[in-house]
Amino acid sequence: MNGVALATLLSHWRRHPLQLFTLITGLALATGLWTAVQAINAEARASYAEAEAQLAAGRQALLVARDGTIPVDQYVTLRRAGWRVSPVLEGEVEYNGAAVTLLGIDPLTSPLARHLAPTDGEAGLDPLAARRTLFAGPATAERIRSAGTGLQVVVRDAVAPGTAIADIGLAETLLDRPGTLSHLVVLSAQPRGRPPLDAVAPGLTRIEASGAHDARRLTRSFHLNLTALGLLSFAVGLFIVQGTVGLAFEQRRGMFRTLRAIGLPARRLLAIALAELLALALLGGALGIALGYAIAAALVPDVAATLRGLYGAAVDIGLALRPGWIAAGLGMALLGTLLAAAQGLWRLRRLPVLATARAEAATRSNATTLRFQALAGLASLGLAGSVIAGLDGLVAGFVFVAGLLLGAALLLPPALAGMLALGARLARGPVAQWAWADTREQLPGLSLALMALLLALAANIGVGTMVSSFKQTFTGWLDQRLVSELYVTAETDAQGQAIHDWLEPRVDAVLPIRHADTRIDGRPAAIYGIVDHETYRRHWPLLASAPRVWDRVATAEGALINEQFARRAGLAPGDALPLAPGWRLPVVGVYSDYGNPDRQVIVALDALLERFPGVANRQFGVRVAPDRVETLAAGLRDRFGLPARSVIDQAAVKAHSLAIFDKTFLVTGALNVLTLGVAGFAILTSLLTLWTMRLPRLAPLWALGLTRPRLAAMELLRSVALAGLTFLLALPLGLSLAWALLAIINVEAFGWRLPMFLFPGDWLTLGALALLAAALAAALPAWRLYRTPPAELLEVFADER
Amino acid sequence: MNARPKAPVWERRPRREGPGTLGSPRPVRDREVAPTGDPAHARLQKHLATLLAVLLLTAWSAAQAQGFAGLGTAAEGFAVPEPGRALAFPADHGAHPDYRIEWWYLTANLRDGDGRDYGIQWTLFRSALSPGEATGWQSPQAWMGHAAVTLPDDHRFAERFGRGGIGQAGVQARPFRAWIDEWALTSRAGPGQDALDRLRVTAGSPDFAYTLDLEAHGPLVFHGEDGYSVKSEAGQASHYYSQPFYRVSGTLDLPQGPVEVTGQAWLDHEWSSQPLAETQEGWDWFSLHLDDGSRLMGFRLRDTDGDHYTSATWISPVRQVETLSHGAFRAEPLETDRVAGRALPTRWRVRLPVRGIDVTVDAVNPDSWMGTRYPYWEGPVTVTGSHTGRGYLEMTGYE
Amino acid sequence: MPLLEIEHLAKAYVTGEERQPVLEDVDLVLDAGETLALTGESGSGKSTLLHLVGALDGFDAGEIRLAGTPLSGLDEAGRARLRLASIGLVFQQFNLVPSLTVAQNLALQARMAGRADPDWLAELGQRLGLSRFADRYPQQLSGGQQQRVAIGRALAARPPLLLADEPTGNLDETTSDRVLELMLELVDDTGAALFLVTHSRQLAGRLDRHLHLSRGRIA
Repeated sequence: MNGVALATLLSHWRRHPLQLFTLITGLALATGLWTAVQAINAEARASYAEAEAQLAAGRQALLVARDGTIPVDQYVTLRRAGWRVSPVLEGEVEYNGAAVTLLGIDPLTSPLARHLAPTDGEAGLDPLAARRTLFAGPATAERIRSAGTGLQVVVRDAVAPGTAIADIGLAETLLDRPGTLSHLVVLSAQPRGRPPLDAVAPGLTRIEASGAHDARRLTRSFHLNLTALGLLSFAVGLFIVQGTVGLAFEQRRGMFRTLRAIGLPARRLLAIALAELLALALLGGALGIALGYAIAAALVPDVAATLRGLYGAAVDIGLALRPGWIAAGLGMALLGTLLAAAQGLWRLRRLPVLATARAEAATRSNATTLRFQALAGLASLGLAGSVIAGLDGLVAGFVFVAGLLLGAALLLPPALAGMLALGARLARGPVAQWAWADTREQLPGLSLALMALLLALAANIGVGTMVSSFKQTFTGWLDQRLVSELYVTAETDAQGQAIHDWLEPRVDAVLPIRHADTRIDGRPAAIYGIVDHETYRRHWPLLASAPRVWDRVATAEGALINEQFARRAGLAPGDALPLAPGWRLPVVGVYSDYGNPDRQVIVALDALLERFPGVANRQFGVRVAPDRVETLAAGLRDRFGLPARSVIDQAAVKAHSLAIFDKTFLVTGALNVLTLGVAGFAILTSLLTLWTMRLPRLAPLWALGLTRPRLAAMELLRSVALAGLTFLLALPLGLSLAWALLAIINVEAFGWRLPMFLFPGDWLTLGALALLAAALAAALPAWRLYRTPPAELLEVFADER
Repeated sequence: MNARPKAPVWERRPRREGPGTLGSPRPVRDREVAPTGDPAHARLQKHLATLLAVLLLTAWSAAQAQGFAGLGTAAEGFAVPEPGRALAFPADHGAHPDYRIEWWYLTANLRDGDGRDYGIQWTLFRSALSPGEATGWQSPQAWMGHAAVTLPDDHRFAERFGRGGIGQAGVQARPFRAWIDEWALTSRAGPGQDALDRLRVTAGSPDFAYTLDLEAHGPLVFHGEDGYSVKSEAGQASHYYSQPFYRVSGTLDLPQGPVEVTGQAWLDHEWSSQPLAETQEGWDWFSLHLDDGSRLMGFRLRDTDGDHYTSATWISPVRQVETLSHGAFRAEPLETDRVAGRALPTRWRVRLPVRGIDVTVDAVNPDSWMGTRYPYWEGPVTVTGSHTGRGYLEMTGYE
Repeated sequence: MPLLEIEHLAKAYVTGEERQPVLEDVDLVLDAGETLALTGESGSGKSTLLHLVGALDGFDAGEIRLAGTPLSGLDEAGRARLRLASIGLVFQQFNLVPSLTVAQNLALQARMAGRADPDWLAELGQRLGLSRFADRYPQQLSGGQQQRVAIGRALAARPPLLLADEPTGNLDETTSDRVLELMLELVDDTGAALFLVTHSRQLAGRLDRHLHLSRGRIA
């Protein structure tokens, strides 16, 4: 009995392949987007966890020199005093025009060495050749090989992209920095009775391990962001599923009754319908997971780029099929399907064998539903409002956004109903009145799709406004900050001095870029020293400042801090800032510093050098007339044999920065577009669903004398009008969302607040898109109506039940 | 800083430890890299050896067991031990960078005021990737230090690695000093004394440390033919001499507190370039202080064909030295213990019939396993039977 | 033992506080193989009575026994099983499953009941003139053809009782006659008892017995 009944239920899909396609697609889309986000998050977290595990052994504390480089002798002194440290020489090498970070390590002591262990096939590696070997990730290895260095390059997936690891003896040769080290890694398990660091190596500063832990903390918001977007996509996808499942149940009402009448017990029918749904959910979920994997694979490089660019979190995300997110994806698919089908199943359970007018009427009550939605929506908005008024923090921000979106979605049908009622009242002529009234009556069937559209549009406006505001701010800020026409990096301090001396008489100004990495209040921070120059006074992007800010910086009476520092430490102009033991300066200004995850301080260069003598002096900004930039750059390269990337003009730096910026938000943008696509699909599904119920409504009008083309046009118009109204409501919602993102979530996530800019042009485009989507979605049913043979319309009367 | 955003524009602070994706070494005692033993680690060791030929350091002990082929192959450009080469001091106390491997190996049997027994080990290994020395990181020399303290119910060890050429580790002849990191074996000999006559040795780790003063009351002892010690019938050999006459006093710093100890010690210095025959899989080495004042050094090199090559040096109570060739010295396992997942003989019958020696040698602590990157067994022993006494046993190449 | 016994059957619909009696104190007996026509005006309760006999709806008082089994003692699942095994239903609106072919629709109940007999199904198809349409879908058939499928479906499991509710109500007169002929013929052949609700007195006259229902009571 079960088999026959299930086959009967399933026969519906064979006769309605488009519906099946819609359902499976909806499920696959919902699951896919969700799974993609989960997969990306899982991989990124796994990557942090791995990095963190290293820290757990306390292996990543570093010793750095206040003046930049550590002589090998100092390493030996530390070693012979009982400090177990491992040397690292880090620098950049150019291969085929691209810079590769070269990490020279001592494989005898470095914790990294074990990751370079050979695979079985490499057992015969020549020991002598090993000292002429670079270890790099696949892409980097390929680049180095293609540069024809004559070095042996061995591929190790564990090595981060753009990095190569070599024996320190090889590295010092390649970098031409013999006898120097960049930093020392403090190993775990230090012996007893070791003298304090100051006694052994007074010039060195210990920087506690922080990277991965910080990465986890910093990127938490990013992942939360992705998760929220994923959930939003899932919700939008579910609208499709809901629509299709609802339609399938509606269309099979007769079949269900017949089966019951023939002798299928109600509970059995419910169980079989449930089994059918679960099977479909598994199918859609499985496809969704495959889709999600593909999406994740496509987005992972950008996510990694984002994490690196925005947070400095060195993640090397490879995508693996993890049971965790596969199970989560299938679970979401099943759960989502059940959720979407809940109404249908509920009705099926209550389905009377005998169709009576009474039973049908009881299942719908339009007005009550609208009232309930309105109340729930208002409550949701109220919650959002009180959360934002009463609480701070990322979670509050997301609760606010969720409450806002949910509330607005719930308020949409009552709001539209109100607008339509108003329209009906204002309408002239019976046809127009009928059209308004009929549209209003259709609202319940369309409301879910319209809610999906509302959310997608609002998300699009909100995220779009945020990204565009960010970009506008960032571009403006780059213009302010990248004032020097040319940026030069020397290879050594001596060369730096030579370049400085050579440039001095030839240009308007040479501005040294020098900084010391240190810790303030126990957290990593960089202190930059600047010379007093008009460039800063005119252009530096200050957000807040005390009077005579630049004078006070120049005379070493004050320090500037970046916005991140100010927000995280709660500092404002006037507050005292301890920079080093015995060195305190008042904060005199706060500047915006987008894209930098770390704390930063600016003081007068002389004051910096007093405390941190010998800070590396290798980078300069050069002020020079724009038309002289090219010849000057060429001159520098020729005279000092600098590689191309060591002499960069302003435009190149800007382009590079903007490219990174764009990459950063590529993921967000991609998810956004996908979500909008899903919403469009949802409208199409809903309209197709409604179509089957439309004929009985339209036939009388046709009989009364309205032509089919006119009816079709009205159908089209109605869909477009509803989308238009929804868009109008989505606009304020989207802007609220943008405000929440810029003013609450970004501040928590990145440590900076951005001004909000409005982009009406984008709205117009989006609005047009929404209308187009609605028109396209309505086109198919309208076309069908246009082509409906009169006989079919007549049948409506013949078949009237 | 000039008008330039820090990140993500073009510069970042040095990335901690390079790529962040690299995993976590297990924190195990005082070791700089992961522990050893399983095949994966064996592979790792192999690789590290290829990277710096460090494995050569323990060539006579663990390398063969790791199956690392190529050690027995020709010593390209390396000096080779030759019979009749007269050792000259103090120069030959120092390093011989033209030879592939070399070690300074100190073991001591100690006792505290309450009569408790302790053993300590201090070893510095040198391995060369190619002959000769260079300055800085370009040096082909690599160094490895092992230190251990053994009690009947406790065994602690530590290891260190270092590069030659930069001064982190090395051995200089005059004044004599062997060191790696803060561990050192330093001469305190007065004028007219041999550099090794008076030594101070120090080593430490997170869970133990020691400082011991050593004073020799006898001359250096040369094994084999004036220090030319043959290691196989095929002719593999090393230069090998010992100072077996140390009296020791000093302090062990243990988790339970400092302990004053006194006792005897034995120092070996040995270097070579092609130590083992290809069929030799490991060795069992004994250094025994007998209570009658005599001393015995004996080893057997286990051959896969079952014909174990033995060699020994017997030192009479009046410092007469007798070199005993293959077959004179016999060592047979009596009992084995399960140590670090392998069966190791911890009770031996040791015989030297020409001197009437027939003794049973027992490990003080069967768990004297050196779980270092190249693992082996090294620990104090007691001697009973025809003679009584104390000593040290080293066993390598047991899988 | 009679196939169907109805005793003091009563049924009312309740809307709000209003109680509207539909059937009152109905008594009826139908023997195996007997054919019975029930006529009555619209709203007389004849369809309700048929639904009650078909165990499609519950009643307020009295009892219906089918082959000795009292329906009041059955739960929903029990009634469904009873329908599946013992009752064939033919409705005015055919109630075919639109996504199943004619052949599949014809065999549906027999298959669900586990009593599909290929020979009988083939014979049914042939006698109902459906062989040519076996692979078509219901929408592709005329009303008369659809009703013939419904009749075939109801008889495919050879139930002892066939209930027909205005089976030709949606058909024109000629078609209606042909369909009825076929139905009566098949009922006769299978030996099923027939309980036919109709408004046609002429049709009623052709059956073994004819009862008239007026305002919920057997006249």
